[in-house]
Amino acid sequence: MSVFKDAGHLFRFAGLFVLAFLVFLVVRQYIVPKSFGQYGHYRGAAIDEIAAHPVKYAGHDSCETCHADVLDVKKAGKHAHVNCEACHGPLAKHADDPASVTPVLPDTAVLCARCHTASAAKPKGFPQVVPEDHSTGLPCQTCHKPHSPGMEAGGAK
Amino acid sequence: MNVTRRQMLILLPAAAVAWESVLAGTPEEAPNYKLTEHWWSMLIDIPKCIGCGNCVRACQAENDVPVGFFRTWVERYHVSDEEMTNPQVISPDGGKEGFPVAQEDGEKYFFVPKLCNHCADSPCTQVCPVGATFISPDGVVLIDPKYCLGCAYCVQACPYGCRYIHPEKKVADKCTLCYHRITKGLTTACCEACPTGARQLADLKNPKDPIHEFLKTHSVQVLKPQMATGAKVFYNELDGSVR
Amino acid sequence: MNGVEGFMYPNEIGLQWSVLIVLYPFITGLVAGAFILASLERVFRVEAVKPTYRLALLTALAFLLVAPLPLVLHLGHPFRSPEMYFTPHSTSAMAMFGYVYMWYLMAVLVFEIWLDYRREIVLCSQSAGKGTRWIYRLMTLGSSNISPRSLAIDERVGWIVTLIGIPSAFLLHGYVGFIFGSIKANPWWSSPLMPVVFIFSAMVSGIAGVMLLYMALTRLRRQKIDMRCVDTIAMYLFYIFIIDFSLEMLDLIHRIYEADESFRSLNFLVHTQLYIPHIVIQICLGTITPILLLCVTQVVKLKEIVRKRIYAVAGCLTLVGIFAMRWNVVIGGQLFSKSFLGYTTYKVGLVSREGLLVAIALIILPLIFLWALVKLLPPWPEKSAHEGAAAD
Repeated sequence: MSVFKDAGHLFRFAGLFVLAFLVFLVVRQYIVPKSFGQYGHYRGAAIDEIAAHPVKYAGHDSCETCHADVLDVKKAGKHAHVNCEACHGPLAKHADDPASVTPVLPDTAVLCARCHTASAAKPKGFPQVVPEDHSTGLPCQTCHKPHSPGMEAGGAK
Repeated sequence: MNVTRRQMLILLPAAAVAWESVLAGTPEEAPNYKLTEHWWSMLIDIPKCIGCGNCVRACQAENDVPVGFFRTWVERYHVSDEEMTNPQVISPDGGKEGFPVAQEDGEKYFFVPKLCNHCADSPCTQVCPVGATFISPDGVVLIDPKYCLGCAYCVQACPYGCRYIHPEKKVADKCTLCYHRITKGLTTACCEACPTGARQLADLKNPKDPIHEFLKTHSVQVLKPQMATGAKVFYNELDGSVR
Repeated sequence: MNGVEGFMYPNEIGLQWSVLIVLYPFITGLVAGAFILASLERVFRVEAVKPTYRLALLTALAFLLVAPLPLVLHLGHPFRSPEMYFTPHSTSAMAMFGYVYMWYLMAVLVFEIWLDYRREIVLCSQSAGKGTRWIYRLMTLGSSNISPRSLAIDERVGWIVTLIGIPSAFLLHGYVGFIFGSIKANPWWSSPLMPVVFIFSAMVSGIAGVMLLYMALTRLRRQKIDMRCVDTIAMYLFYIFIIDFSLEMLDLIHRIYEADESFRSLNFLVHTQLYIPHIVIQICLGTITPILLLCVTQVVKLKEIVRKRIYAVAGCLTLVGIFAMRWNVVIGGQLFSKSFLGYTTYKVGLVSREGLLVAIALIILPLIFLWALVKLLPPWPEKSAHEGAAAD
């Protein structure tokens, strides 16, 4: 026992460690979020939180409910695979409550030019024109119907 | 079938609510979405990309991406015949407003849209010190903004440069593959806005997904395959000069 | 874009890790190096360096107390840092920080200092003035046993702690090297040599730092510098420096020889933006010059005053060189694009949270802590409180 008499201070030091460790364990129980470790080393609840973010683009399926007539025209033309919101912007609010949001007509001078301005960088088969030469300043919709812009298939105005 | 009055009293209002939902156009979170039934990925068809920047704008609108940072962006490559190892690359404001017109000079040009590759063996989730970033059971690498310290170790570890620290929230941020959309049966904002179908969301666990056929019949690559990150964004006809 | 040359991925233009992240390995390097110097006497029985034993331990403690500050100041959410203790991610080298730091602080440094100073602490708890007596009382942990037997036990246990402390010191600083060395995305960092280079440069900086502090403090106390001690320290500094330099040259030569996909981009960087910090400051001024100076003192018999001056100059240049090495690793690794097609620039802010003023404050703070520690636990017998009025 005499060993312990002269090593008492060491036990006190060790005791501090043990105490700190116990406090740590208790605190940990309260601090670590309950869903942590549910699927892996992360807070499982985060998945649902992220999935609950608001949707801004309604998605092309939801336009058909009210705008089937436009969609029938589009389906038969060159823009068949261009989704509505690709040109009209995010409209989930409008789809939720059509009266609350009136979509703004896109400005064709900017919109059409973005895709169809000729550039050596664009794929060769893609329809592209030099805007100044092609339309001499006239807005695109003077000759092209935006929902079915091809001239041959009756899309011309 | 014999429907009792009691059943009608319950069914009618329920049907009304459901009908509201259908009319509204925004589907409620698919209540039968099972995490283990999906393994999300994306297919990017290089020959179809026209560099219009629709995807960059749509992503920014859908996800409130801070100005100057990008969850997705488009790069334009200009490769001369002799110098495949030294392409000229530009990405003006991430390609958000498209690209300047390229003059015909007989050399090779193409666009490469980039985003988080949602790697199966991601180096970014490996280095997170606290478990704030992770790969979900359905294959999407996500960040928990309530747990992230903002140490930026994951940003350093990503070989593709797809992460950044959100300037206001001060946590790591990146493409979530529009998790809030794909779990509801919608496609990602970038795929929705792409006019040429250059970007397609794919579910590797869905046997009916066209990606399976596509992968079998086309030359497909991932970015930086030597890093062995298990990247899940597949590029059709990716040129060797792409960095 | 401001400061961008060539092409960078849009998200990598601004640097993530600032000068504070340069400071962190510099500070922990000093800690590890100072401890190794202390262990030279305690474990390897190099009697000559005994005058610096206690000073080295106190220096290590002073710097270790400041070490977490640059990290916490850099975090986006500093108050979430306890998460590293509660849910450390076992695959992340950075997650080790909390535990390695706590282990090294409490189970090595504080424990060893406490054991070595216990006799003085107990005596001071009884004889010190009102203002400081309570501190000493707290430090005794309630035990006033300073019998020869208990002190002998302290001596034995202290030896074991120092022994364990050596690999612990390597772990404390080696894991920082691994944090960088394990990032495959960054070819400037990714290397198995990185932890080893960090450890050896840490030893160099720590030894040089303690040597300078010893010389400076002894002069301030108007005492005579023990030349046998300083000569021995300089000798160890010289040899460890040679190993450190060889490792850095090995990395460089290997990189130039293999010339992988990143080489062209990195080579350009070293010849332009990093030319002054890397070639001039780190290699020429901070490594080759001190090595040559120390070499001269090893082979030529010089007068004491000349040796002192050379050691002072070599020591200062060494510290500058090792700081430059940390800068070149941390900042340098973020200046080039991972596409290897472009470069950005780093501008240190002045008054921002991660700016120059904060960095300077963080270098001065450990010296303030050291001053307080030296006052509380004097490293040298002539000044220890229990001898009452000192005879100088």
